[in-house]
Amino acid sequence: MSKSDIAFVRREMLPEKAPPATAAGPIKWVRDNLFPGPINTVMTLLAIYFIYQIVSGAMPWFLNGVWTTSSLAECREVLQGATGGCFSVLTERWNQLLFGFQYPSEQYWRPTLAFVLLFVAVAPVLFVALPRKLLIFTGLYPFIAFWLIWGGTLLVPLVALIGLIVGYVVFLRFETKGFATAALTGVVAVVLVWWLGGFVSAAASETLALTPVPSRDMGGFMLNMILGTVCVSLSLPFGILLALGRQSDMPIIKWICVIFIEFIRGVPLITLLFVANVVLAYFLPPGSNFDLILRVIIMITMFASAYIAEVIRGGLAALPRGQYEAADSLGLDYAQSMRLIILPQALKISIPGIVNVSVGLFKDTTLVSVISMFDLVGMIRGPILAATEWNGVYWELWGFAVVLFFVVCYGISQYSQWLERQLQRDHR
Amino acid sequence: MKKTVILGALTIAGLSAGAAAAATLDDVKARGKLNCGVTTGLVGFAAPDANGEWQGFDVGVCRAVAAAVLGDPTAVEFVPTTGKTRFTALASGEIDLLARNTTWTFSRDVDLKFEFVGVNYYDGQGFMVPKSLGVTSAKELDGATVCIQTGTTTELNLADFFRVNNISYEPVPIETNAEAQPLYLEGACDVYTTDASGLAATRAAFENPSEHVILPEIISKEPLGPLVRHGDSEWGDIARWTLNALIAAEEYGVTSANIAELANGTDNPEINRLLGTEGTLGEMLGLDAEWAKRAIMAGGNYGELFEKNIGENTPIGLSRGLNAQWTEGGLLYSPPFR
Repeated sequence: MSKSDIAFVRREMLPEKAPPATAAGPIKWVRDNLFPGPINTVMTLLAIYFIYQIVSGAMPWFLNGVWTTSSLAECREVLQGATGGCFSVLTERWNQLLFGFQYPSEQYWRPTLAFVLLFVAVAPVLFVALPRKLLIFTGLYPFIAFWLIWGGTLLVPLVALIGLIVGYVVFLRFETKGFATAALTGVVAVVLVWWLGGFVSAAASETLALTPVPSRDMGGFMLNMILGTVCVSLSLPFGILLALGRQSDMPIIKWICVIFIEFIRGVPLITLLFVANVVLAYFLPPGSNFDLILRVIIMITMFASAYIAEVIRGGLAALPRGQYEAADSLGLDYAQSMRLIILPQALKISIPGIVNVSVGLFKDTTLVSVISMFDLVGMIRGPILAATEWNGVYWELWGFAVVLFFVVCYGISQYSQWLERQLQRDHR
Repeated sequence: MKKTVILGALTIAGLSAGAAAAATLDDVKARGKLNCGVTTGLVGFAAPDANGEWQGFDVGVCRAVAAAVLGDPTAVEFVPTTGKTRFTALASGEIDLLARNTTWTFSRDVDLKFEFVGVNYYDGQGFMVPKSLGVTSAKELDGATVCIQTGTTTELNLADFFRVNNISYEPVPIETNAEAQPLYLEGACDVYTTDASGLAATRAAFENPSEHVILPEIISKEPLGPLVRHGDSEWGDIARWTLNALIAAEEYGVTSANIAELANGTDNPEINRLLGTEGTLGEMLGLDAEWAKRAIMAGGNYGELFEKNIGENTPIGLSRGLNAQWTEGGLLYSPPFR
């Protein structure tokens, strides 16, 4: 044990040194992620090259874009042969792209307001954290939206609403006598109220009336939104009923559901749309004009509910048998066990599939352009490209349609991923 | 017993359907609007403008009929139809009149049970090629790639033409005119073929129209005209003679500018009968005396409609060609008004 003369005791900590430049910060990130090895380096360089090509090709097109002319010929005059988009078509025809060419322009605030209110109505359904009282507005929303978009007297949606409320009250009154009896009396009450209310609203058609807009005048992205929203929200309950019906022990109900689902899934949507447009016109008495949008909504809803039924059936099948038995052992009847035990779990499993069907359905609404309805795609393909001023503008119009659809579909998909994380109950 | 009830119901349904079909004029008058089928959009022939008003050559026919029957050229409900839905829309009674650049063929007239009331545009299939190809006649197109719409008569005409001339071609199938335009410009095909009016409209939309030529050969007959259902000849007569009135008005020099003056009576008895100051032609049709006057005032006579929508001063720039009056070497020939 020798003792050193030189005593050194460090009294304070050395200040921390920055890590070497190659081991931290952006340089490390670049090295780790972009150039970790020869193969990846080559890939990165190639990717950069392609991105450069795309951006350098597209930027002048965006930056030189012409926004203020009134025809394609004028656009070309302004550009003098330089690369540039003719975005004037969007500034001149934006209203037709969004609302169709027949919706009266002084009434644009109505669908716009309905669109904004849609978010208010949907929010409490999508986000559980919001106050539950907002759900009352959600229930009222379909009637408000109908009144705003189609116009006419407020009495029509009001009668429809009162009818449903009366039906529900009657249902509650008779619920003790069994589900089927109660449901049947409820339906009878609804029809009765609607029938009586029809006289009232016909007699007082000027009460609180907005300028009525016929269905034929709907168009543009608004039509896609109407079809998408209505059909998705209608097809969910129908899909659930069909899925439950398909699993039912009662043979008639079971076979009706099976045949419906298999038939609808075996037929392309475009065929159903042609049936709605063309064939139904033969069956209906001449002169009667059954609203085309309504026909299309019915067909798309049938189509979507068949698909959603299969998705939900998958969710039901994925539940362990023990869940069904647990519900039975608690003494719950069929309706209760489904409502309280089975469906909440099955629906949670089905969320990705349901979202998938909804996004697909929303995009499928553009198919109505084939049966001469002027949705966004129909507007572009028909009237706008056929106008002498804009014949020949392609990229700008289709790009606009792509952006609109992408925003909506990406939004839906992001929400569903968030929702799945929220509902995570697995033992992991 | 049950069977009789069903049969009875069917008979009543059939009778009411027959009655409805037989009185299109009464239906239109009761409705106060003419349901007129048009295309979903074809440059120059029918397309809504920036204000949502339908404009075009076929639209002019609808407006003339509405003016003749209802006295108001704006009392038209335009029902847009595609090539696939147009005939069912007419057959089912959804529309009263179809004015949608439809070619008059035997099977459509006879087998589909429609009645073409005349021809408002004589078209024919033509070819467009880039000038740089140096081709001056369709017969020099041996081995060319041709953009062609599938499922149309143009496809069959093309095959016939090349077979008759014993030359070969390679078809590039496309769905719509709008799809053809970029394909042709990118050079995916050497030749684009469709109706000559469509070619002219397509070429007019190009950045450099002068770099493309339309070849002189017209290889098919495409008489385009308005049509109505079989079984209501009275209604068919109204549509036919409204179209004839537009054509005759041009022949006699009656325009929307001078019609008010001519309607006071002229020395020409034919004009007088047309405009209702002489004779009872309107009454025979079940309309009033001034029906033709209103039809002509709606958008002008045939020549005015042509010039305004597809004529040489429009971007489409079609010349009259076959669609000139018979007095000027064309095919337009209205039967006499007497």
